[in-house]
Amino acid sequence: MTGTGPGVDAGTTPGTGPGDDAGTDPVTPGAGDPAKWRRLSRRMLVIHPFQELVRSAPALIGLLVAGSTQDDGGHLWSLAALGVMLVLGTLRWFTTTYRVTPQYVQVRKGLLRRKVLTAPRDRIRTVDVTSNVLHRVLGLARVEIGTGRSDRKDGGALKLDALHATEVERLRDELLHRRPAASGTITSGASTAPATGRAVPSGTDARESFPASETELAALRPAWIRFGPFTLSGLVTVGVLAGFVSRIAGEGNVDLLSIGPVRQVADWFGRGALWLQIAGSVAVLAVFVAIASTLGYVLAFWRFRLTRTAGGTLHVTRGLITTRATTLEERRLRGVELSEPLLLRAASGARVIAVATGLRVGRGAQRGGSMLLPPAPRAEAQAVAARVLGTAGPLTAELTPHGPAALRRRFTRALAFCGGVTAALLALWYWAGLPAWAWQAALALTVVALPIAADRYKSLGHTVAEGHLVTRWGSIVRRHVALKHEGIIGWNLRRSFFQRRAGLATLTATTAAGRQGYGVWDVDLAEALRLADQGIPGLLTPFLVSGAEGR
Amino acid sequence: MENADLSLRPPRHRVSPTAIWFWGVRAALGWLVLIAVQVLWAVADDGNRAVHLTVLAVTVVAGLAHVTVMPWWRYRVHRWETTADAVYTQSGWLQQEWRIAPISRIQTVDSERGPLEQLFGLANVTVTTASAAGPLRVNGLDRATAQRLVDELTANTQATTGDAT
Repeated sequence: MTGTGPGVDAGTTPGTGPGDDAGTDPVTPGAGDPAKWRRLSRRMLVIHPFQELVRSAPALIGLLVAGSTQDDGGHLWSLAALGVMLVLGTLRWFTTTYRVTPQYVQVRKGLLRRKVLTAPRDRIRTVDVTSNVLHRVLGLARVEIGTGRSDRKDGGALKLDALHATEVERLRDELLHRRPAASGTITSGASTAPATGRAVPSGTDARESFPASETELAALRPAWIRFGPFTLSGLVTVGVLAGFVSRIAGEGNVDLLSIGPVRQVADWFGRGALWLQIAGSVAVLAVFVAIASTLGYVLAFWRFRLTRTAGGTLHVTRGLITTRATTLEERRLRGVELSEPLLLRAASGARVIAVATGLRVGRGAQRGGSMLLPPAPRAEAQAVAARVLGTAGPLTAELTPHGPAALRRRFTRALAFCGGVTAALLALWYWAGLPAWAWQAALALTVVALPIAADRYKSLGHTVAEGHLVTRWGSIVRRHVALKHEGIIGWNLRRSFFQRRAGLATLTATTAAGRQGYGVWDVDLAEALRLADQGIPGLLTPFLVSGAEGR
Repeated sequence: MENADLSLRPPRHRVSPTAIWFWGVRAALGWLVLIAVQVLWAVADDGNRAVHLTVLAVTVVAGLAHVTVMPWWRYRVHRWETTADAVYTQSGWLQQEWRIAPISRIQTVDSERGPLEQLFGLANVTVTTASAAGPLRVNGLDRATAQRLVDELTANTQATTGDAT
């Protein structure tokens, strides 16, 4: 049981040469014949070059704007590079094949460096289907098959860009709903076993019936769009747009200030007082971000639906222009997170994120497949979380506060950090001639830090409810997590010097799902041990002592 | 289980006493690099002699304190234990950490010897679970003990099935 990831290298795959894959039409059914290598949709021959064009759009626009004002071969080189990319994009269709056997999903790709990616089917956690405008026009979709890899590298993901929509539908059903290979019986060793015979379905696990019945757990209501401005997702968009404009200007050597209206606005702006300039920029930025955020919300979550299928999967569909469908096996679900960024919390909204193995959390949960509910009213979020968990208990249970010692610690930490920085900057200002605004800004930050410290304490809480460890923390983003006890695979107990003096500890439940570890911050040591003992009964018993002898 | 005065006892086994020297030398090497950089800077920069000397003195004192105190403190803290069901480690010095993982959830058991560790005849053992947050690391074991620990854990782990997530 050494942790071989699901991605197995080329050498161990059951032998089929590259010869037997001659041009299978992807639309004709190949699902019944597991040995057949299937190709991506032919229509991708149109899309691949297009995608390369879009990707290098800023450079191209720059070229067009600039014309041939510039000297030598720099532009020629970028044109040549574009040509090579177009050819490579087209070649991708010829080099990529995939197949689904009763035990594996395999993808072969690469031109000079051939790669065979193999994932055992019982390790498949999610199927993620995305189609952008081009895909939708041509009736295609991109498929990403998620396995439980915990490492964050992208290279090994099983991506099929792209398949015909009907083919996608069938593939998803095949992979997640009806599983010919009995799922419980294959352990990690199976990835190297020969994959010829079809495994016999074990009686209880064979869900052969077609997953017809769906129950709707949540659907977007237009009123929720009012939460759009509070998500701040537009901040990124505005940043990207600014970057895009500046890049076009840079590539094309356009001086933005030479454009009439821009110059007039800049001149008018420059005449105002400093505070007016600052207030004006902030207001303009806020308006832009709010608009972009709302647009982003609509684009990402239009027609959002969360459903539960009879096959034991959760199914999320969403998107206005680029549609996205994520299917997640419920047996991979280890809990649910209610996340409330500060602004959203002020508008009493919240979003729901799945805590599931094989789903990445952390790099913008909106983009990842783990989002179970977009920003919505908090009551709705709690109801959806309860429906997903199957019980309302964990997220409505009264939380135990962490006591005055934790409160003191929040304030001492905030003050010690901000005070330290302020003192250092003050010293540098006095002796080394640093500008005065540095320490003044740090001082202002200290004033802001105090209410945040108080809020951080107010967020802290934990309890155990209906077989879930429930913990809540954070202020800028407050997170309220219910983690199933069977999803906890270890405990870390951390105590700094000052925590030991205050009798506190930070208990982290490690898990293979979501953020990999969920902390109960600054909790009384005995309480932490009680929580840990309840989470995995018996694990701690040999190491526990009562009284002060353990110190 | 009563809530009051419940506590965690330290794991049974200490690490090898040689580890004190290992930690000391490792920390000293880091400080020496820092001091060397400062000396070079002081030589290259003509003015500010007083400032350079003060900063250098502070660095030397801090380094000496760290190198003399930290290894002994660490040695008192670092401990490990395995039972039939669990691995239990204690580590750190100013910030201390206790980690417990069930044997049934272990994914890999690695043993590693860095160049400095080889010099002192030491090895460390890392036990990983399916969580990226929870590797259990035992530093500063002598080689024989490390090998025994790896063998024992591997044998125990093979007895369990499932994908341990």
